[in-house]
Amino acid sequence: MPYSTDKLNEEKVFKDPVHRYIHVRDRVIWDLIGTKEFQRLRRIKQLGTTYLTFHGAEHSRFNHSLGVYEIVRRIIDDVFEGREEWNNNQRLLSLCAALLHDLGHGPFSHSFEKVFDLDHEEFTRRIILGKTEVNKVLTRVEKDFPKKVAEVIAKTSKEKLVVSLISSQIDADRMDYLLRDAYFTGVSYGNFDMERILRVMRPREDQAVIKKSGMHAVEDYIMSRYQMYWQVYFHPVTRSAEVILTKILHRAKHLHEQFYSFKYHPIHFYSLFEEETSLEDYLKLDEAIILYYFQMWQEEDDTILKDLCRRFMNRNLFKYVEFDPAKEYKKLQELSGLFQKAGLDPEYYLVVDSSSDLPYDFYRPGEEEERLPIHLLMKNGEIRELSRESEIVDSISGKRRTDHKLYFPKDILKDDSSKGKIKKQIRQLLDIQ
Amino acid sequence: MLKDHAKVMKAIAASGEIIGRKKLQKMIYIAKKLDFPFHEKYQFHFFGPYSEELTLRIEELCNMGFLNEIKEKKGGYFQYRYTLTDNGKEFLALNEVEMPNLSPCLEDMNGQNSRFLELVSTVLFFDTLPKEEVKEKVFTLKAKQKYTEEEIEIAYTYIESLKEKTIH
Repeated sequence: MPYSTDKLNEEKVFKDPVHRYIHVRDRVIWDLIGTKEFQRLRRIKQLGTTYLTFHGAEHSRFNHSLGVYEIVRRIIDDVFEGREEWNNNQRLLSLCAALLHDLGHGPFSHSFEKVFDLDHEEFTRRIILGKTEVNKVLTRVEKDFPKKVAEVIAKTSKEKLVVSLISSQIDADRMDYLLRDAYFTGVSYGNFDMERILRVMRPREDQAVIKKSGMHAVEDYIMSRYQMYWQVYFHPVTRSAEVILTKILHRAKHLHEQFYSFKYHPIHFYSLFEEETSLEDYLKLDEAIILYYFQMWQEEDDTILKDLCRRFMNRNLFKYVEFDPAKEYKKLQELSGLFQKAGLDPEYYLVVDSSSDLPYDFYRPGEEEERLPIHLLMKNGEIRELSRESEIVDSISGKRRTDHKLYFPKDILKDDSSKGKIKKQIRQLLDIQ
Repeated sequence: MLKDHAKVMKAIAASGEIIGRKKLQKMIYIAKKLDFPFHEKYQFHFFGPYSEELTLRIEELCNMGFLNEIKEKKGGYFQYRYTLTDNGKEFLALNEVEMPNLSPCLEDMNGQNSRFLELVSTVLFFDTLPKEEVKEKVFTLKAKQKYTEEEIEIAYTYIESLKEKTIH
């Protein structure tokens, strides 16, 4: 039997709190899960610093990747199989791409990508195509198979329907992370009826569409996405932790560039500092390694690095005030000057964080060929964009809501033992008496 | 602070007015590929390189009152026009960002149509591939746009002319 269709003698199941069970019967999928590159995802949290706000949010990218695989498997095996528009030869390609779609994520990847100019999608491609265990498994299927999987994940595959299952406005990735993140954070507003959505999904040439009769389940999904965005992903305390994390990385990089002699040499960071990260170096990174450095850097001589690491490790985060850039940008310049006078480098201690800094989004209908919207399949076979049919979706996707916050170390600003006069001025400007 | 916002504003100021979100997306992507320091993350989407981060940043700038957005109905969809407001100009004057040679590149791109910029940005997205493979990508991924070999050659020539502009 060819490797591509080889089945395990007995189905393997993973107990999962979101989908109850994750079913694996394909030998290729089982072998991919066993590779060291996939196992590494156990050591990278799905929600980065969110665990500092919602203590349950310790789930990993490993959990999520299995979840995305399971959703795609259900769509194909339970809904698409046997339908005219679906080519079942794409089954294994879809399952592998679903399982591996986040393979290139690194520790706290959003901050790392910003500071060190990395791209986790590029690393996903390099892991799949490079000299790795994952590549060996995929190559056994077919010489070109790793390339095909990488193209689906990069959304550059000609198999647009397969791409849409993993990456679109209503895809397996988003459905899994919304349900999983809601479960592990303990919030109630991330839930929606996924089973119903899967039942009403239909394959079309370019994308999966939703039968009109399932519109209300999709409305629920859109609402849940909207709520999770503002209540979990953009939570101001999580953003504070993210701000400090980013500033630690900036500071460490800056010190390296200034030939600072670290007490604890950041050997895992050197290639990141030089922005020449090899695949081998990248795969050695995980959150345990990074937190080890943060722990040790609390003992460094550099006061900024040690203070920021102490804050991150002990959850002594920055406080914030709402910030309106349009009205207050001049005040920000004034504050920046006062921070300097108070001996606080504003580059590290006075930070504006905006909603556009987040790697999450909420639904917008496709306008002028920007990106593909959710399409409903009407009874007469016509395809209509969701917000044109749904008043609920129209009302939340038409409204723009953006948000900016100004972060600072309130504890230092309230300590008047040095530069008390200037700090008082700062407190007045920030209105934090 | 708000440096990335200021850079997007600078791009719109340099262009005078940008008509169409798709055009704006592709212009910033092309500028980024020409090594101008834009940090918005792009991914390949159905219609070519697209940045959700840029979309959000534009929304923020509109909400701040720094950008003026005019929505017009055009056929079956809406089209958007972007210009800087007076407040936006004042902000930019106080937060000047230096990007030498950006203006001539953007002015040139702004004179092209969005269909052509979609092709140019797609060619740039695959710039690590040999030309023949890029053509293959364009023909398969952009089948509905029906780009011709000649248009792809023109896109390559156009990219070279933009690169020239970045060094003069």
